Amino acid sequence: MTVAEEITVRVNGVERSLRCEPQVTLAEALRGPLELTGTKIACNRGACSACTVWLDGEPVCACMLLLVDVGNRSVTTIEGLADGNGLQPIQRAFIDHDAIQCGFCTPGLVMSCAALLNVTAHPTADQVRGAIAGHFCRCGTYPHVIEAALAAAEGTPA
Amino acid sequence: MTDDEILRTERFPVGISSMGVSEAERRIPFDEPAPLAPNDELQVIGKPVPRVDAVAKVTGAARFTVDVKLPHMLHARILRAPMPHARVRAIDASAAIGLPGVRAVDIIANPNAPSTATIHYAGEPIAAVAATDAGIAEAALALIRVEYEALPFVVDLDEARETTAPRVYQDREERRALLDEWVLPYLPRDGNVQQAVPTGNRGDVEGGLLQADVIVSGDYRTSVQTHCCLEPHAIVADWRSDGLTVYASTQFTAGVRATLAQEFALPLNRVRVVVAAMGGGFGSKSSLREFGRSAVRLSRQAHAPVRLVLDRKEEQLDSGNRPGTWQRLRIGARRDGSLTSLSVTSYGTAGVGTGAGVGNIAQALYTCPNFESAQYDVFVNAGPGSAMRGPGNTPGAFGLEQTIDELAERLQFDPLKLRDGIDPSPVRREERRIGAERIGWSRRHEPGADPGPVKRGLGVAQSLWSANVQTNASCEVRIYRDGAVELLSSVQDIGTGIGTILAQVVAEELGLHPDQIAVRIGDTDFPAGGPSYGSRTTASTTPPARTAAHRVREMLFQQLAVHLGVSSSAFSAHDGVISVHDDAKQRDISFREAAAILRTDRIGAVCSRRDDYLGFRHAAGPDAAIARQDLGGVQFAEVAVDTETGIVRVERVVAVQDCGRPMNPLLIESQVQGGVLMGLSYALFEERLMDRHTGLMVNPNLEQYKLAGSRETPAIEVVVLENYQGQSATDAYGIAEPSNIATAPAIANAVYNAIGVRMHELPMTPARILAALGKVPALEHAG
Repeated sequence: MTVAEEITVRVNGVERSLRCEPQVTLAEALRGPLELTGTKIACNRGACSACTVWLDGEPVCACMLLLVDVGNRSVTTIEGLADGNGLQPIQRAFIDHDAIQCGFCTPGLVMSCAALLNVTAHPTADQVRGAIAGHFCRCGTYPHVIEAALAAAEGTPA
Repeated sequence: MTDDEILRTERFPVGISSMGVSEAERRIPFDEPAPLAPNDELQVIGKPVPRVDAVAKVTGAARFTVDVKLPHMLHARILRAPMPHARVRAIDASAAIGLPGVRAVDIIANPNAPSTATIHYAGEPIAAVAATDAGIAEAALALIRVEYEALPFVVDLDEARETTAPRVYQDREERRALLDEWVLPYLPRDGNVQQAVPTGNRGDVEGGLLQADVIVSGDYRTSVQTHCCLEPHAIVADWRSDGLTVYASTQFTAGVRATLAQEFALPLNRVRVVVAAMGGGFGSKSSLREFGRSAVRLSRQAHAPVRLVLDRKEEQLDSGNRPGTWQRLRIGARRDGSLTSLSVTSYGTAGVGTGAGVGNIAQALYTCPNFESAQYDVFVNAGPGSAMRGPGNTPGAFGLEQTIDELAERLQFDPLKLRDGIDPSPVRREERRIGAERIGWSRRHEPGADPGPVKRGLGVAQSLWSANVQTNASCEVRIYRDGAVELLSSVQDIGTGIGTILAQVVAEELGLHPDQIAVRIGDTDFPAGGPSYGSRTTASTTPPARTAAHRVREMLFQQLAVHLGVSSSAFSAHDGVISVHDDAKQRDISFREAAAILRTDRIGAVCSRRDDYLGFRHAAGPDAAIARQDLGGVQFAEVAVDTETGIVRVERVVAVQDCGRPMNPLLIESQVQGGVLMGLSYALFEERLMDRHTGLMVNPNLEQYKLAGSRETPAIEVVVLENYQGQSATDAYGIAEPSNIATAPAIANAVYNAIGVRMHELPMTPARILAALGKVPALEHAG
């Protein structure tokens, strides 16, 4: 058995400390002891991007990163995106364009689209496709996700 | 409808709105609501209402089964067979039981029980362990010692058909334990080949061929497709002395409850099945399954809740799949395009299961007096198939619709004109007309006519799907004294948006906004709803929801009438108010004020699905029926094929679909796009690969099992007919499966139009395209 150690991570702006074994991934820690189950695990090997969170604002697969390797980088999850100020424009656009079916892959898609819009205020459809190319959505929401991302950008001042 | 019911006559809108709606009389039970007007006269139904659970889903708050966490919950893992066929000689789990943290062990493959002592596919469950955390459970699996006696195996469809092939089953008893769902009657078999169940045969196909001026035939092969639900199969079982509660990622809460009650000898009222958000099923989450039973046994043994979630490899090996098929079609026709003979022979494999046929599409889509089909199931040592989005007809359409196109070419008919002559459906005729206009069918050129290396093409294909109805489906609608309204049913929302649609139905009836309806579903403590498979949820659940809303509204009106001293027929509900239509007391009162006069805290009505007003085509078991009309769909595809790389790009799809009355165009568009994308993915990418030397799946993951993603997504235009038939309180039917069936053959026909070479095998990978073009040697098919 491996030995649990005390780890502190900054998640959604809050320092969180937990004891966990070194093989625990960020995705497992978020969903387990940190009780942030909005981040989903679907393939657990970086193939589907359902577990996408931000590390210092960059989208990453949380299932491919050990918690001990997060270090002092700040983690943002789907729960931290709206930041208490109501929905972000991309979340509103996902609702209006029905970029949702079963909703299991939705948090990851929202995080990737939001990250794209942070760096590219007015992306092309191809840029949106590129930003979500690592995501699998078996319900097939891609057309509406692309529409939603473009619409959310429309609402952003140029 | 029973004979002793009191009936009344009403006039219903009937017809396809783009062609003109007329009226028809129907005799309906006296207490059914009045006919629902066409959508353009309604306030909420037929409007693009956003999902009621959308905020929860975009903020991460939606609670899926994998998110359920109960106090003292244990975590279970399953030990699975590492080889495709073996006798389990002995199992020793003592070391696992002794591992600290292990709380229960469930032996599934019992060497002493004849029905479970043989494993028939790699990935079959052997044993399960529940422990205080998943890591300990996983470690415990490694401590279970299993002694296997390896047996000869076969994983390839063609090899399994040989009389000399290793037998998957020795006898009937050996099979019984494995078969869980979608089981066909056991019939005499020859080796691994099970005798087909004949359906729909008519006339004399050989005689029909003698009348034919042209005969076309072809062999087609479709791959095994896996469901790839993003949420894995998951269950949390909580066995307590006063009853069993199960949280399950399921397409049928009430069905799982019935199975649990029966198998664990519990009364129905002591079993509760709950699903809040549900992360996709597509047919694979229709029943309890062995892992579910095991979780319940573990919970019973450990006296604690047990969580069991499959990982992605388990999903790929043992959560169901769309069976692979080999099909041979032969069609005879006269010079005028009329069909004289149609026959289809298929050998399909659902692994160790059954149900690998090619459906009823060849039997029922076109008019042909002489028809014969023989559909054989072939057992191989691979995980059992299950229903998957349009089972049967999806692989069946791939062969049929290409053969029909080939016939059109031989007769020098336009493919649409040929279909106009042989397809009796007025629905699909209108869909062909609309779709042809949208896609620009007149641009279609001769096969392979583009001069450059990248060749474009247009194709069309049609779908046929029965309109299924679950008659055992109920809803309750309640009005509280403070004006709160709620709808309750055990029906589950697996991503289709049925919760939203039910809110729309109740809101329409009560003159409210859908936001004002609290939708409480996915819990068998509420009136039992139907399953979410067979594209039947909307057809089954919206009529009783409307009837219940209607009835509770009448109850409110009656109390209001007494209170205000007017006739109970003097009211109407609209825009959040109730209008009193009485010369002396004409006034509007808010819904909330009206509810405040209730004599009790709440009133409610529970209603169940009535039979369709003109009756059903036939019953489908005790709880379901098939409606008179089919759900037609026609899809058009435009592709570009790079003849140097073999890469097919689908650039555009036009999907013209019918689901009776469309309840919510926004949700329908989503679902049709999803059906098209699953069909596109089937057409170009998806294939379970089995290694015939080891009997193992080569790509049990999501990176080597290829799926279409955002970059492969074409422009998808969805057109939905408004097709009123006057058959129920809502006249609504399903869309999930019809939207999936025609896509792959439409793409295949477009590929033919692009390159002038027909693709007989799915998926249409670059290697297969280049082989078809004669640029590389043909691959051996992958099994």
